[in-house]
Amino acid sequence: MAIQSPSIDMTPGAAVMATPASASRGYWQSVRRRLRRDPVTVVCGVILLLIVLSALFAPWLGLPDPYKTSMIYRLKPIGTPRFLLGSDELGRDMLARLVYGGRLSLAMGVTPVVCALLIGGSLGITAGFLGGRVNMLIMRVMDVFYAFPSVLLAISLSGAMGAGASNTLLALTLVFIPPICRVSESVTTQVRGFDFVDAAKASGAGTLTVVRVHVLGNVLGPILVYATSLISVATILAAGLSFLGLGVKPPEPEWGLMLSTLRQAIYVNPVLAALPGVMIFITSLCFNLMSDGLRAAMDVKA
Amino acid sequence: MDTIIRPTSRAPERGGPAQPLLLATGLRKHFPIPGGILGRATRVVRAVDDLTLSVAKGETLGVVGESGCGKSTVARLLIRLIKPDLGSVVLDGDPVEEPHGITVSELRRQVQMVFQDSYASLNPRLTIVETIAFAPRAHGLPATEAKDRARDLLAKVGLEPNTFAERYPHELSGGQRQRVNIARALALRPRLVILDEAVSALDKSVEAQVLNMLVDLKEELGLTYLFISHDLNVVQYLSDRVMVMYLGKIVEIGGVEAIYGNPQHPYTRALLSARPSMDPRKRTQEAPIQGDPPNPIDPPSGCRFRTRCPFAEDVCARLEPPLADAGPQAVACHMRVPGSGHSKAA
Repeated sequence: MAIQSPSIDMTPGAAVMATPASASRGYWQSVRRRLRRDPVTVVCGVILLLIVLSALFAPWLGLPDPYKTSMIYRLKPIGTPRFLLGSDELGRDMLARLVYGGRLSLAMGVTPVVCALLIGGSLGITAGFLGGRVNMLIMRVMDVFYAFPSVLLAISLSGAMGAGASNTLLALTLVFIPPICRVSESVTTQVRGFDFVDAAKASGAGTLTVVRVHVLGNVLGPILVYATSLISVATILAAGLSFLGLGVKPPEPEWGLMLSTLRQAIYVNPVLAALPGVMIFITSLCFNLMSDGLRAAMDVKA
Repeated sequence: MDTIIRPTSRAPERGGPAQPLLLATGLRKHFPIPGGILGRATRVVRAVDDLTLSVAKGETLGVVGESGCGKSTVARLLIRLIKPDLGSVVLDGDPVEEPHGITVSELRRQVQMVFQDSYASLNPRLTIVETIAFAPRAHGLPATEAKDRARDLLAKVGLEPNTFAERYPHELSGGQRQRVNIARALALRPRLVILDEAVSALDKSVEAQVLNMLVDLKEELGLTYLFISHDLNVVQYLSDRVMVMYLGKIVEIGGVEAIYGNPQHPYTRALLSARPSMDPRKRTQEAPIQGDPPNPIDPPSGCRFRTRCPFAEDVCARLEPPLADAGPQAVACHMRVPGSGHSKAA
């Protein structure tokens, strides 16, 4: 292949030609490239992927029945034959329950954040883009929700609506709408002030087109990063609600609930009792580090 | 009568060459300052006050004035990025947003604007060709046609389409970005282009290239310019007529030779004598005017320039001078109004 020498354009109209410094690259492509070079993010991503995949494909992994109890094999330590990670207070296989528990726990972590992202994100972008009275109305309503501590709000909501997975999801969604709305509002307000939004408006395009083409692309990044960091909080909150008996009901396997039911075993077999907590810890830590990595990768200007 | 304007074609010429392309009457914009109880505005910034101007077909109207005198507000009012409190805008005989008039969207199809900050006015997530094709796409031009038009325009503003079309704004220099902004403004085939300090942020050699390109484009495409700048030399080079603004008001308006050759208003004189000269013997000895312009929140009574005017008298504080014809130009100064009460009035 021939090496191309930088050509100088001699046509009269062509002026101030800089030779391209680097090959043109899309923004998301360069973000992906930077993400791949970040070892922490890659490791966290792999761990999360393993947890998610094992939870998704749990029935096909050849694990024992997570609901099958046994009076003989109660609270067996880790490494007992037939019980790779031991057994719980009712003699159910811990490994199976941890893997199956990931299904509910992850769903409880991700679903409320996704719902809150859709609702809070659109509210926040609307408030930020339109400004004025609309902004005032939306943000003051959010402030009312902010007045309650989030844990207390979640507890009182699930307490009022009764225990159960769907009520927990609803309560957590309500808890996460205000912070996501506030972050969306502030980044949208910032982007709205740029001249390119004015230029787009001055081109006579409709408001929705301007928002879709010029605002969304510039605000989604920071909002997504923030939402990712909330997944870990949601996982912990959901586990906490289950621990308090306000979330998932037994005998469903769920990390928070398992932590709660195993707490009597803490003097008998402390390592076993800590296992669900370790899973919560690893998952939320990975989500947090991932969101940090994402933030760093997206921070570089364009 | 052809009332549907296809985005592919330019709006038809109407009313004839004598009818102003753009006529703004009594434009007023006061920005409220939030404060007081419950965020109610108790005071206002008088950014633009009862301003009337007309732009003739095919001319370049230069607008000069100090920072904060309302130049950019005028531009944004004309293209309705800001809604005026009072006043009307008529585009070639069609009032904007009035019964039997045209909509803001139709106004914006014929009037476009180039902003000062070449970087902030380009979306960092879109390629150059996407940015230029956005407006024609939004007005219903098919994607491939819009892209072709964008590439044509890139060539027209002196940027090789094959090299630049797929690049992102951060990969371009300031001059190249401002060329892209000009191409974007031309994408709807407008009749009037508002250039709001469009070359002020460029360095001098690039500025000269872009200015020459603007002159060529105007001739080739039959454009009309409203050229806003604080650089008096650039305005003199480009404009047919010049409008001098002070604190949201016109103080003097007229042909470029009249304004630069025989300025009538003390403010215009001060501005012109303050500009740097290439002649080392013509050294500026002392500052022609001192201090900053007064706060537009509480502008001086009567003539707004009186606090800095060396000829200010009682009448200047009592009465606001009207914009009256004084030879080839119009001036808002009591000294030019016979019988105004000013001792120097003719």
